[in-house]
Amino acid sequence: MNNNESMAPAIQARGLVKKFGDLRAVDGIDLDVPRGMIFAILGPNGAGKTTLMRMLATLAQPDDGSASVMGHDLASAPRQVRGEIAMTGQFASLDEDLTGRENLVMLARLWGFRGRAARERAEKLLASFDLSDAAGKQVKDYSGGMRRRLDIAASLVVTPGVLFLDEPTTGLDPVARKSVWRMIRALAGSGVTILLTTQYLDEADQLAARIAVIDHGKKIAEGTPRELKVATGSGFLHVAVADLARLEEAATILEGRLGASVQRSAEGATLAVVARTPGEANAALGALIEAGIELSDFSMGSPSLDEVFFSLTGGGRK
Amino acid sequence: MNDQTTSAVAHGRGHALEQVARPPAPSAFSDALVFGWRAVLKFKHVPEQLFDLVMTPIMFTLLFTFVFGGALAGSPADYLQYFIPGILVQTVLFNAVYSGMGLSTDLGKGLFDRFRSLPIWPLAPFAGLMVGDVLRHVIAGSIILGIGLLLGYRPGAGFFGVLGAFALLVVVGFGIGWVFIVLGLLVRTPMTVMTLGFTFMFPLVFASNIMVNPATMPGWLQVFVQVNPVSLMATAMRGLMDGGVTTAQVLRALIAPAVLTLVLAPVTLLLYRRR
Repeated sequence: MNNNESMAPAIQARGLVKKFGDLRAVDGIDLDVPRGMIFAILGPNGAGKTTLMRMLATLAQPDDGSASVMGHDLASAPRQVRGEIAMTGQFASLDEDLTGRENLVMLARLWGFRGRAARERAEKLLASFDLSDAAGKQVKDYSGGMRRRLDIAASLVVTPGVLFLDEPTTGLDPVARKSVWRMIRALAGSGVTILLTTQYLDEADQLAARIAVIDHGKKIAEGTPRELKVATGSGFLHVAVADLARLEEAATILEGRLGASVQRSAEGATLAVVARTPGEANAALGALIEAGIELSDFSMGSPSLDEVFFSLTGGGRK
Repeated sequence: MNDQTTSAVAHGRGHALEQVARPPAPSAFSDALVFGWRAVLKFKHVPEQLFDLVMTPIMFTLLFTFVFGGALAGSPADYLQYFIPGILVQTVLFNAVYSGMGLSTDLGKGLFDRFRSLPIWPLAPFAGLMVGDVLRHVIAGSIILGIGLLLGYRPGAGFFGVLGAFALLVVVGFGIGWVFIVLGLLVRTPMTVMTLGFTFMFPLVFASNIMVNPATMPGWLQVFVQVNPVSLMATAMRGLMDGGVTTAQVLRALIAPAVLTLVLAPVTLLLYRRR
C-alpha cells in the first residue's frame, strides 16, 4: 500500500456521466467523501442515485468523467476497487434458495476464507446480526428485516473500506428501520466509510455527516444537514389554518407579503414559507389576522430537511 | 495489518462488530469451485428441479417408443435401440434452457450485483453454473438411460461405450450452455428465456435424426438434417453406445460445442461487464 492510497479520500469523483439512450441518468456529478464518514445521497425516485452508486461500485461503466475509490481508479483498477468495497443493493443480493448460513459461507469462501475459517466467519456474522436462530432457514422464508440484516452482514464478511448501501431501509417497518440505523452508526464508528442513498429526508438528517442532494442526474446542493437548512433561508414561517376552506386565501396573502412561494404540507393543513426576518413574518401574520383568518398554530424556525429539499428542487414535487 | 484487528464496537444488541482484514485472495479455480458448491446446494434445497428436467424426456421416450415406435422402426424394441442415444442429446439440449432461466432469475434479483462487486475471477459464477449443468446432465441422462435399460435397451458397446457417450454429452451440454448464458444475460425475464430457448431448440431437435431416420424426408430437409449439429451429436452418441463409432463422427459432434464456446465465452464476459 503506497502513501498515495492510504491518504486518498474514500471516494473522489469528477464529472461522472451515465447515459441510457437519450436520458442522462447521471449528468456530471462531482463527489468528495472523506474516510470514515456517513455520506448520504438524497433524491427522489429516478434522480440517478442508484446509477451513481452502481458506477462507484464498478457495476456500471461511466460514459464520461472519472472516479477513484480508496485511491484506486475505477476505470484502470476495478479489481482493486472491488477489494475495498461492499455493496448492499436495493433488492436483496442473496441466494433465496440457500440458507442464511450457506449464503455467508459462500461469500466468506469467495473472499478467501478456507474451510473452517469460512464457517467460523459466517457464524460470527450470524451472531452479530441476531440471525443465529434462522441460520438454517432458506432465505426465501426470512422476513424483510431479517433479509436486510443478512444482506448487510453479507457486505461485512471482510470489513470494507467503503460500504455502499442503496436505500437500506426502503420497505422496512419502523422497528427494523431503527435497527438498521443502529447498525450503520456502529459501522461508521468502527471506521467504515458509508455511502448511502435514500429518499427519506429524516434518514439522511439522522445518519449522515454530509448530504448531497441529487435531482435529474445533477447535484443541486451539498453540505452538512445544518448547512443545507441555513442555505435555504434564515427562517421558515409555519402556519396552521383553523378553517381549511380559507387555506388558499391564506397562502395567497403569505405569498403576497413575503414574496416567496408557499409549501403545503402533505396533510394540507399547514403552510410553510421563507421569511427573511422575524419582522417580515410578523407583518405577514398581521395580514392574515386582518383578513379574519383564524390560525390554530404558528411558529418560526429552521426549515426541516423536507422544506430544504422542496425549495431546492423547485417545490413542484409531492 | 493484523489478521484480525479487533476494535469492538457496541452494536445495537450488545454484540460486537469487529474489523476483519481480507485473507489472501483465492485462485480462480477455487472461486469456480465455490460456485460449483452453490450449484450442488441448489440440488439439495430445490430437488423438484430434477422433476422438471426429466419429465419431458421420460414422456418423449415412452410416447415415441410405444406409440410411434412400431410404425417408425418395425417394433417398439427396435425403435428404443435407435432412440435412446438421441433422446439423451435432446435431454441435454432442453436442460440447457432451464439453466438460462436460472441465470435470468438470479440476475433479476440482484444476486449477481454482489458477485460482480467481489474481487473474483469474473467468469467464476458462470463456471459454477456449468458445474450445475454438468450435474444436471449426468443425473437426467442416467435416469433416461435407466428407463431405457428397463424397457429393454441394450448398449452394444457396453459400459465403456456408455461412459464415452456421457463424456460427449457433458461436452455438448457445456457448449450449448453458453447459448443460454448469453440469452440469460440479454433477456430480463425467465419466461422469455424459455420461450426463445424452445423456439430455437424445437426445429433443431425435430429436424434432426434424433427421432426418425431422415431417409423418408424431402431432399431439401435431408440436406439440413445432415449438417444439423444435433444430428451429428446423435450420430456420434449412437456410435459410442452401440459400437462402431469413428473418430470423424466424434470430431464432427464436437464442432458445434467448440465453436459456441470460442465465440460465446468472450461475448458472455463482455455482456457481464457491460450490464
